[in-house]
Amino acid sequence: MLEIDKLEKILVGLKRVVDYNVRVRVKADASGVETDGVKMSINPFDEIALEEALRIKERGEADEVVVVSMGRTECQQQLRTGLAMGADRAILVESDDEIDSLTGAKILLALVEREHPGLVILGKQAIDNDNNQTGQMLAALWDRPQATFASELTISGDSATVTREVDVGLETIEIDLPAVVTADLRLNEPRYVKLPDIMKAKKKPLDIVPLADLSVAPAPRLTSVEYTAPEQRQKGVIVDDVAGLVAALKEKGLA
Amino acid sequence: MYFGLTDEQQLIVDTVRSFVENEIYPHEEVVEKTGVVPSEIGQEIKQKCIDIGFYAANLPAEHGGGGLNHLDFTLLERELGRGSLGLTVFFGRPSGILAACEGDQIEHYLAPAIRGEKFDALAMTEPDAGSDVRGMKCSAKQDGDDWVVNGTKHFISHADIADFVIVFVATGEEESDRGSRKKITCFLADRGTPGFEILPGYNSVSHRGYHNCILQFDNCRLPKGNILGELHRGFEVANEWLYATRLTVATMAVGRARRAFELALPHAAERRQFGKQIGKFQGVSFKLADMITEIDAADLLTLSAAWRLDQGLPANREIASAKVYATEMLARVSDEAIQIFGGMGLMDDLPLARIWRDSRVERIWDGTSEIQRHIISRELLRPLGG
Repeated sequence: MLEIDKLEKILVGLKRVVDYNVRVRVKADASGVETDGVKMSINPFDEIALEEALRIKERGEADEVVVVSMGRTECQQQLRTGLAMGADRAILVESDDEIDSLTGAKILLALVEREHPGLVILGKQAIDNDNNQTGQMLAALWDRPQATFASELTISGDSATVTREVDVGLETIEIDLPAVVTADLRLNEPRYVKLPDIMKAKKKPLDIVPLADLSVAPAPRLTSVEYTAPEQRQKGVIVDDVAGLVAALKEKGLA
Repeated sequence: MYFGLTDEQQLIVDTVRSFVENEIYPHEEVVEKTGVVPSEIGQEIKQKCIDIGFYAANLPAEHGGGGLNHLDFTLLERELGRGSLGLTVFFGRPSGILAACEGDQIEHYLAPAIRGEKFDALAMTEPDAGSDVRGMKCSAKQDGDDWVVNGTKHFISHADIADFVIVFVATGEEESDRGSRKKITCFLADRGTPGFEILPGYNSVSHRGYHNCILQFDNCRLPKGNILGELHRGFEVANEWLYATRLTVATMAVGRARRAFELALPHAAERRQFGKQIGKFQGVSFKLADMITEIDAADLLTLSAAWRLDQGLPANREIASAKVYATEMLARVSDEAIQIFGGMGLMDDLPLARIWRDSRVERIWDGTSEIQRHIISRELLRPLGG
């Protein structure tokens, strides 16, 4: 019988985003969303991804959880939070430039090639731009299977069973490892950080790698022209009956 | 000088804030309506707090506590202060005075208190000894190796859920340069000790679900091994630790005031009267300006007093300033938050009326505003011979 080894390493991406509680504002010059003096947090889906990786490790199915982030030096804060949650070490790919999904996926690929993880877990999307691209792009570049929108994940040796939340309901698939899994909301509920782990996080290794060292050239394919706040929702009207509803919809050209 | 939080402090703040929002807020309504914390909810909060290693965060790490310094612990309690006290009491923070435990007391009291197995309460106040603590009548006489305690304590917070009580008792008199005065000793008294009863106290306008009790000692025998600190040196033990409880009151007032403010601010921005947002009226906008200024001032005053304690600097005056200012600020801010909401602010649907009611006791317990002002002015005038 084949002896199945546990995963050596799980790589988890943590993106620094505006905290979900913050009411976002557009910068005065319309060049983006205001982040100065705004509370920043780990992208909630990434937190779920990390929680899942930690649970896999705690079940004895993996040896090490490595959290990675990319961007400005401030991203260390989110990595420290990840370390306090229980990750073993962290890597920050430092860059002051805007990183789009494809560049992000290329950076992750470069890290994958360095670290050789048995599994990469990312959030299904980040709550800043809601792109939902990086995981899929990484899987394509890496030429490995992907299972997106995961709501359940079980590891068995060199494969994983993933339940996915798709438009028609739930779909369960089996994928060979290494692979990319992206976490959906219902995968788990992330833990509270434990006080002793907060104190230990500082002593855990956090490597800072300049983007230039990874030979990934940021080639942004997107240009932001202008940011505007969505129009304020207009007050609704109450119609008397179905006929009134149909008339109102017709008036707005919706029916 | 650096005013930012370290990564560790930020994580402590974020974790406790999220704990309060997820584990405390959902139960507040039932506690307000019934005046009781269902015991399974209390135990659940306690267990979750233990699980995340935050239980007894204030006590020394060498005995299994969190080992936080005063500043970090003050940040923790600031976030905890947002929630209803009847519930947050289960986010256990045993009295810091227990760090004075020695010998067998460590295994009997300190260690189980840190593990969450035994809950403590602290008893000082008596019906005829409020601010005048040394006027206490509860007394103990030595009999062999025991002390026999007689007397009554009241307003003893959360003694209803306590397994043991840290009680201050007169153990004789001594001459001082200002005449005869009582010698005070601190004892540890277990619930169930013959002659010691914990009775329900009064119904208070503040902090429903967080009960005060009456303690009765009737020829209650306590062995001398139950003396915390030294015989007749109860005030020394108290003074070393109890200043920190004033920081607790101050910082929880700051947290609670910020919660009230965070309700009032968006309301001022969204509520429209006379065709515009009420925040556009100076009568409302200037209230907001004053509220946030006072909250921030109280916050900084409290954190800097905590920092002074950690540095080993004299902090008595600063802690008194923080306590009196933060608690009086909370009274003003909770009152103005209600004013911004108008009638709705008084309804049970919002936590504002509760915060407003709860705020009243903060200016009284752990040293009234008047006692705090006395401490502050005495510290100022004494060096000048005043």
